[in-house]
Amino acid sequence: MKVALLQGGRSLERGVSLRSGARVTEALLDLGHEVEAMDLGPELVSQLGRFAPDTAFIALHGTEGEDGTVQALLELLGIAHTGPRVAACQRCMDKSLAKYIFRENGITTPDWVTYSEASIRDFGAASTFPRAIETVGLPLVAKPASQGSSLGVKVVTTSEEIPAALMTALSYDDRALLETWVSGRELAVSVLGDEVLPVVEAIPTGSNAYDFEARYEIGGAQFVCPADLPEADAAEVKRIALAAYEALGCSGFSRVDLILGDGGPEVLEVNAIPGLTETSLLPQAAEAAGIEFGEMVEKILDLAR
Amino acid sequence: MRDMMAITARPDVISLAGGLPDTSTFPREAFAAEMDRITRNSIAEVLQYGPTEGLDLVREQIVGVMAAEGMRIEAMDVTVTTGGQQAIDLITKVLIDPGDILICDAPTYPGAIPTFCSYEADVIQIECDADGMRIDLLEETLAELASRGRKPKFIYSVPTFQNPGGVTLSLERRQRLVEIARENEILVVEDNPYGLLRYEGETLPTLYSLDGGSYVIYLGTFSKILSAGLRIGWIVSPTPIREKVVLGKQAADLCTSTLTQNFAGEYFRKGHWQEYVDDLIAIYRRRRDAMTGAMAEYFPHGATWNRPEGGLFVWATMPEAINTEDLLARALSKGVAFVPGTSAYLDGRGINSMRLNFSGVTEEQIIEGIRRIGEAAGEQMALYETMTGEMPLPPSDEGQG
Repeated sequence: MKVALLQGGRSLERGVSLRSGARVTEALLDLGHEVEAMDLGPELVSQLGRFAPDTAFIALHGTEGEDGTVQALLELLGIAHTGPRVAACQRCMDKSLAKYIFRENGITTPDWVTYSEASIRDFGAASTFPRAIETVGLPLVAKPASQGSSLGVKVVTTSEEIPAALMTALSYDDRALLETWVSGRELAVSVLGDEVLPVVEAIPTGSNAYDFEARYEIGGAQFVCPADLPEADAAEVKRIALAAYEALGCSGFSRVDLILGDGGPEVLEVNAIPGLTETSLLPQAAEAAGIEFGEMVEKILDLAR
Repeated sequence: MRDMMAITARPDVISLAGGLPDTSTFPREAFAAEMDRITRNSIAEVLQYGPTEGLDLVREQIVGVMAAEGMRIEAMDVTVTTGGQQAIDLITKVLIDPGDILICDAPTYPGAIPTFCSYEADVIQIECDADGMRIDLLEETLAELASRGRKPKFIYSVPTFQNPGGVTLSLERRQRLVEIARENEILVVEDNPYGLLRYEGETLPTLYSLDGGSYVIYLGTFSKILSAGLRIGWIVSPTPIREKVVLGKQAADLCTSTLTQNFAGEYFRKGHWQEYVDDLIAIYRRRRDAMTGAMAEYFPHGATWNRPEGGLFVWATMPEAINTEDLLARALSKGVAFVPGTSAYLDGRGINSMRLNFSGVTEEQIIEGIRRIGEAAGEQMALYETMTGEMPLPPSDEGQG
């Protein structure tokens, strides 16, 4: 099969994307496919035209690659692509919209409020911070509405920290969420086609539970798959994860991030195109299910439409 | 943050984040002629291993390059290294055991931090002002350490056109630093990649020339006056240290590339290298002026920066409410990059500062890049003001400005 491997791009997750792309390219070549790697740039459409791929494998993360931009272009060009379709990508990318959809579908997700830079700058929204704190409580998590990994995420423990945390979050996107901090176990559930893969648990190794930066540094967290959970809990976590995946209209593959607190699992977000590097969570979960990397890549490719 | 910097490699991003010399104006004919001569006369030799200390040809030329900055050394004092970075690595490897104290500038060269950390040095950073490292604070620190029976293994500094601060240690402080080294028998590692790139003002004696090489170890490089791609740096150190450095280098890479050493040795032997450095000085001076001019026009009220007399970097400090790691995210979305100040500290300082490079991009790109950073900073200040009802405070007087 002729596969256009889309990687890199202009998002802040370009580095991860290049690593995902390199690993996937290697696997595709091993599987006997003809692969051309493409970066997002002015030449993209003409490159696609020249190569005339059967399928585009999207190994892009973050803005433009994961938010439906590239997917819409491929669908217009009539090129089948891996991962979720345009609308599902947009729903996943917008964490606030995704949470509204979770709630409408009876899927538990922590309380939140959303601010835009414009509403703060131009409409006096800063005077509503006390009400936001009433709604979500403290501590809370401030995060950009549309960034991957831990970029721009800060935990707020006092009301005085809100402006600085929003300054950070709004540097990564023009909208930001203030979301209730739920204490509990951090879980990720990947879905591959119609199969829900074993649950992965991220166990922070640092002493500061609120240090998101450290968690994504090498050695900042330890990953356990399958997570050490009672069978009933694991089943419930998987059920809710699949419900979230379906509610957002995902297809092909995606990863659902949840917190398992005292009140049961709560969905934080769905990553339309999760990392595909060797140490990423989806490949780890696939391996725990007996699906090695090459087989996983072939499966993702088969599910392209 | 390291991951975020991947997008600076894209051609559509103006990167003021690097420390790259402009190699585009190097005379092509001279390069081709030299490589051709090497191919015809020395092919077997340049494709072979060389001595760990470096080729005599290069060591002799280093004597001449150092003489241009007023230093007198013997070729045998020199160990050629694979770039200045290896020089820092080898000196740290040789002198530091885990837990040993190492003193350096605050801010310090960001590339040295991972090296110091990998050898588990206990790093103390001494604040710099417009005249470089504050020697009064250094003396206080040494006294405090002595009261606990401790002493640093060495003091690392880039005293001339410092990376990242752009500042230069004053003559008075240079003299005092050398005296302190002697009085307390402490080694000073002088890293001097930029000394020959002076755009104005009077040349100051290096620490090495003031000390005569008793307590000062000198690190040099061809990266900024010839080519960073050749990877040639050097260490000048007292014999006992040199012997250990050579052992360390043997373990690291046996020898620096004989091909590039041959090229560099012949290039310097021909004696025209200062003309090329003069060309670079003219280019970089214009770029520095373009950068500081654009900052005056586009940076927000309350931002401060220096106008370095040489080197490759301007250090800027934003009003206190602006976190330059956040600002970088906003700037990247506008297609421009810089190095946030926290990269130059080990203790989280530098949160509202940034390092800006002016040597690696054109004047037009510098002006546009600074305009975009100014725009991003303006957006952040407006946001801060509406959230807190306060104008962001200008940076405090501490540190350089």
